[in-house]
Amino acid sequence: MGMIEARNLKKTYRVVQKQTGLAGSLRGLFHREYREVKAVGGVSFTIEPGEMVAFLGPNGAGKTTTLKMLSGLIHPTSGEARVLDHVPWNREDAFRRQFSLVMGQKNQLWWDLPAGDSFQLHREIYSIPHAEFTETLGELTELLGVEKLTKQAVRELSLGERMKMELIAALLHRPRVLLLDEPTIGLDVVAQSKIQRCLKDYHARRGVTVLLTSHYMRDVEALCERVLVINHGSLVYDGPLAGVIERFGETKLVKLRFEESAPDDLDSYGVVVRKDGPTADIKVERARVAGVLAAILERSVVADVSVEEPPLEEVISRVFEEAEAAHDAA
Amino acid sequence: MTPPDTIAEPALEPWSVRAPDATSPLAAGWIAIRKYLAIFQTSLKERMTYRGDFLLGTILRFLPMVTTILLWRAIYAGSGQTSLAGFRYREMIAYLLLTNISRMFSSMPGLAGGVAREVREGTVKRYMIQPMDMIGYLISYRIAHKITYIIMSFIPYALLFIVCRGFFDGFPDAGTLAAFAASLGIAFAVGFFFEATVAMVGFWFLEVTSLLYIVMTLNFFISGHMLPLDLLPQPWSGLLKLLPFQYMAYFPAVVFLGKVKGAELAWGLAGGVAWSLFFIVLSRVLYRRGLRRYSAFGG
Repeated sequence: MGMIEARNLKKTYRVVQKQTGLAGSLRGLFHREYREVKAVGGVSFTIEPGEMVAFLGPNGAGKTTTLKMLSGLIHPTSGEARVLDHVPWNREDAFRRQFSLVMGQKNQLWWDLPAGDSFQLHREIYSIPHAEFTETLGELTELLGVEKLTKQAVRELSLGERMKMELIAALLHRPRVLLLDEPTIGLDVVAQSKIQRCLKDYHARRGVTVLLTSHYMRDVEALCERVLVINHGSLVYDGPLAGVIERFGETKLVKLRFEESAPDDLDSYGVVVRKDGPTADIKVERARVAGVLAAILERSVVADVSVEEPPLEEVISRVFEEAEAAHDAA
Repeated sequence: MTPPDTIAEPALEPWSVRAPDATSPLAAGWIAIRKYLAIFQTSLKERMTYRGDFLLGTILRFLPMVTTILLWRAIYAGSGQTSLAGFRYREMIAYLLLTNISRMFSSMPGLAGGVAREVREGTVKRYMIQPMDMIGYLISYRIAHKITYIIMSFIPYALLFIVCRGFFDGFPDAGTLAAFAASLGIAFAVGFFFEATVAMVGFWFLEVTSLLYIVMTLNFFISGHMLPLDLLPQPWSGLLKLLPFQYMAYFPAVVFLGKVKGAELAWGLAGGVAWSLFFIVLSRVLYRRGLRRYSAFGG
């Protein structure tokens, strides 16, 4: 039995078609045209207890809509879901006490009060025992390095600090399932890595099941072993992160340093990305790497060589492009 | 589709098994009360951060009173009568002063607009995600606001009533005062749940400013805030006294002035309780439907 289960989840929105121009707006007052927009077109997956899974996809792919269905904010058009053995959109208190959703930044904190006051309120809303509350709060503020900021009005905090407080608020009641929508969006690298570390530590310590969306591959690489790739509302990949590169990364980067200056005909082996005196980087098709290396070593004296996987970022954008093309063709 | 097999073994117990799933109805009730008390306390703290705004707001509120007093003096002088619809000049001014007390309890600035904004901006999510009820939350918040407002404006109001004491015929007896207190409680309940009902419209229409403007303008008149309902010809005054709006201004004022007594008073109070219950149920039904709609369309 998975912690999060989605079976053929579909969500179709009906949106008003707005006419452009004044005449169009006037017409819209009397006669409205609707268009069906398929946000999620039947996704299925199972997430086991304690897993930390990334949900990847371009904007508008259906990630957020899926998270909203799993957190019970919206009803699916069809399909089923179970989170913690509950149907999320029934919104039973027993379910709501055991999960958290972090989406955007102004959800849980009182703007004009110190975050500490909001945390106290959470203690009551979730009926968290005192000792447990103090322990968790201490643990989280230490992990995120914000011990001194809980007494300052939230509106005076920086974006990164607010996000950290938001995360603390989401974790205070020790949820068993944590859904995160872009937890590091708009943050600088330091804040980003702090949040990553906190999530990682917290996950290791409490074994919480996490499903997160992020545009930062850094987050994904740091946190998740498994990824779900979604595009145009359908799941196009579900498996280990490393597999994404293997499956969609068609090339490898061969970095060479020759004893003398690099030969001029390297582009016959692949795409020359960089060439500078004795060094050269070539993108070579995965299957041809061994052959290419053998050929080069035979011809020239090579001082150093390394073969690298392409950056995840690049591979992911290729996955999106491919799915895009397939969608357009269909 | 198999998950990676290297799931970190949780070092500590992942969550504690908690009691809140109602060991007994009494315990569950206590937990719920504590929850909304906490919201109340937090709201109190939040309100305290805006002290300056209060004082200015309260003082500005009294300015129109001066013109009202002058206007009515002119009306009585012009009519050549000492009493209009049973109100003598002094009583009329006392009535208008008292409706300000009623409105202190029944007006709900920002309630409906706030709900519409929360729906529009999506922050309404928190009531769906967290184990709490939106109407419960709003009422805790509102009571805290009302209490801070009443405490903060106590001195200016006391001053006003001391200055205007000449318009009153002494202090009412204990029974009348108790009925007045009850009528103010009803003013709050009807005011809150009526506006909460209107607020739920925000789930259907994202912008409710114009609607609220109409409701408020109409309310100013039909609640008796502007003039006593008795001044209107029949059947209008009788009709307006059947509607819930009178409880937001007219009713507490006439109770204080001793114009409703005995059986009439008892029926009046009962009617107020009935209207409160009606709007409690209606706001709840609309809230449920609103959430259903939000779940289907928005998010």
